[in-house]
Amino acid sequence: MRADASSLVLDQVAKRYGRVEAVRGVSFTLPQGVLAALVGHNGAGKTTLMKMMLGLARPTGGQLRVLGHDPAAGMAEARRQIGWLPETVTFNGALTGREIIRFLARLKGEAPPAADGLLERVGLGAAASRAIGTYSKGMRQRLGLAQALLGEPRLLLLDEPTTGLDPEVRQEFWAILAEFATRGTTILLSSHALEELAGKVARVIILDRGRMVADGTIDELRRLARLPVRMRVTLPADAPRDWIPEGASMARQEDGRCVVDLSCAAEEKMAMLRRITAVSGATDLDLLPPTLDELYAHFLHDRAGAEARP
Amino acid sequence: MKGLLLVAGKEIREGMRNRWVVAATLLLAALALTLAFLGAAPAGRVGAGALEVVVVSLSSLSIFLLPLIALLISHDAIVGEMERGTMLLLLSYPLSRWQVVLGKFLGHVAILGAATLIGYGAAAVALAMAGEAIDPESWRAFAGMIGSTVLLGAAFVALGTFVSAMVQARGTAAGIAVGLWLLSVLIWDMALLGLLVADQGQTIGSTTLDALLLLNPADAYRLFNLAGLPNVGQLSGMGGIAGGTGLTAPTLLAALAAWVLTPLLAAVAVFARREL
Repeated sequence: MRADASSLVLDQVAKRYGRVEAVRGVSFTLPQGVLAALVGHNGAGKTTLMKMMLGLARPTGGQLRVLGHDPAAGMAEARRQIGWLPETVTFNGALTGREIIRFLARLKGEAPPAADGLLERVGLGAAASRAIGTYSKGMRQRLGLAQALLGEPRLLLLDEPTTGLDPEVRQEFWAILAEFATRGTTILLSSHALEELAGKVARVIILDRGRMVADGTIDELRRLARLPVRMRVTLPADAPRDWIPEGASMARQEDGRCVVDLSCAAEEKMAMLRRITAVSGATDLDLLPPTLDELYAHFLHDRAGAEARP
Repeated sequence: MKGLLLVAGKEIREGMRNRWVVAATLLLAALALTLAFLGAAPAGRVGAGALEVVVVSLSSLSIFLLPLIALLISHDAIVGEMERGTMLLLLSYPLSRWQVVLGKFLGHVAILGAATLIGYGAAAVALAMAGEAIDPESWRAFAGMIGSTVLLGAAFVALGTFVSAMVQARGTAAGIAVGLWLLSVLIWDMALLGLLVADQGQTIGSTTLDALLLLNPADAYRLFNLAGLPNVGQLSGMGGIAGGTGLTAPTLLAALAAWVLTPLLAAVAVFARREL
């Protein structure tokens, strides 16, 4: 296995369930050790894509290679190196957390003590000998994460991994993922909450109704979308107002200060900043780059517009 | 192979956790002990061995009970896990689908086998300890009864697993399981009897009758235990059929084995092609 080989290669992959086209012509490649996110609404095709990567569903069109194998051709050996966290992870409630994780560890050829270590890692050490039926949703999600991490996977597929996790557990979750990515594990996770991905994933692939509408780093997507930068400037009561561009909104505070919300194109940002500092005598300034949700809405809107045109 | 045994082991562990093993064992032991001691009193006077009486009464009972327990355990095996969502996770592991089906089958048969062996064995041990004289022939009949009972259970576990691999919902599986049970332990024999009476021996010869009996695992089991063994045959009132039939004990056991293998292979084939 070459170090630079791609962990995941999709080429025009399509999946149709009866008359429903769940995935239409999706192509992308993930190199080893990258942490990437699939983003889209419910029904955008994220889960279907992951099932095809695992060989649980067969593509009706296109090609995909997972760790160098074709997943549809029953790849027991490759599956040993893949960890998967399903969207809604369920376990038999009668068994304890330790029993389940040890059973799954043996299936992957991993020694039981390593499995116990993973339970500790996700904070389930104290609950390991309790029946899973007594677990909370967050605990079950953590157990799901622990089983995905079994056996030093080279590829991790995590379907909506952060739902049901407390904020502090979320922090720990991202730390674990970063650690695995550093060790060379390729990680693909799906999400519909773009905001929490900022600063954590290297790459974002946006899906809409089975189609891929964008693929790149968050900064690249921002540039592609050319969304305006928003600013909030606080002015003293006696500051000049003549520089304020059209379309800006003003709100006068009780103490006479004035808060101005304005927006400008990304390439005019610096010019605007210079003008504000030189002329207005502003006392405070907040720079608000476009949020991921705005970015997301932009790409989806773009798609809807393209389809409306003949 | 390892995956197969791991799945079977997990199935047994789950069976013990949700009390299936305990319930089935206690039920079979209680019935066997009751029959052994209630049945022994009158039988002593007509000269039949105590254990033969137990073989006859227990195998009549097993025909109803074992298929029911087997179908109850197995009808949920695959469709239940698919509905709960645990099957997808299992199949994302390095495990083939046939290993899942066979592993679950083995686990269920182990549960059923242990319950039969312990439950019925308890009755034999109790009889021996009560000082009844039991000759080797009777022990052989008893051992044959236990072995064929496990085989009967395995046949219905295989049928239940097949149903479980076919259907889309647990409710459907349960309905079909009940139907299968009624058909094999009640309706089949009644229909056969009605057919024979209506036919008046005109067209249905003994070969056709044999074939019709082999088409039902419960009848193959009944013939094997009630008619196939010499001392037992006279006692069960099945001697008449046994005299007229060309079915030997090996044929009956082979029929039972076929009833285990055919649905099992069908279950593997159906599940392998299923879209998840």
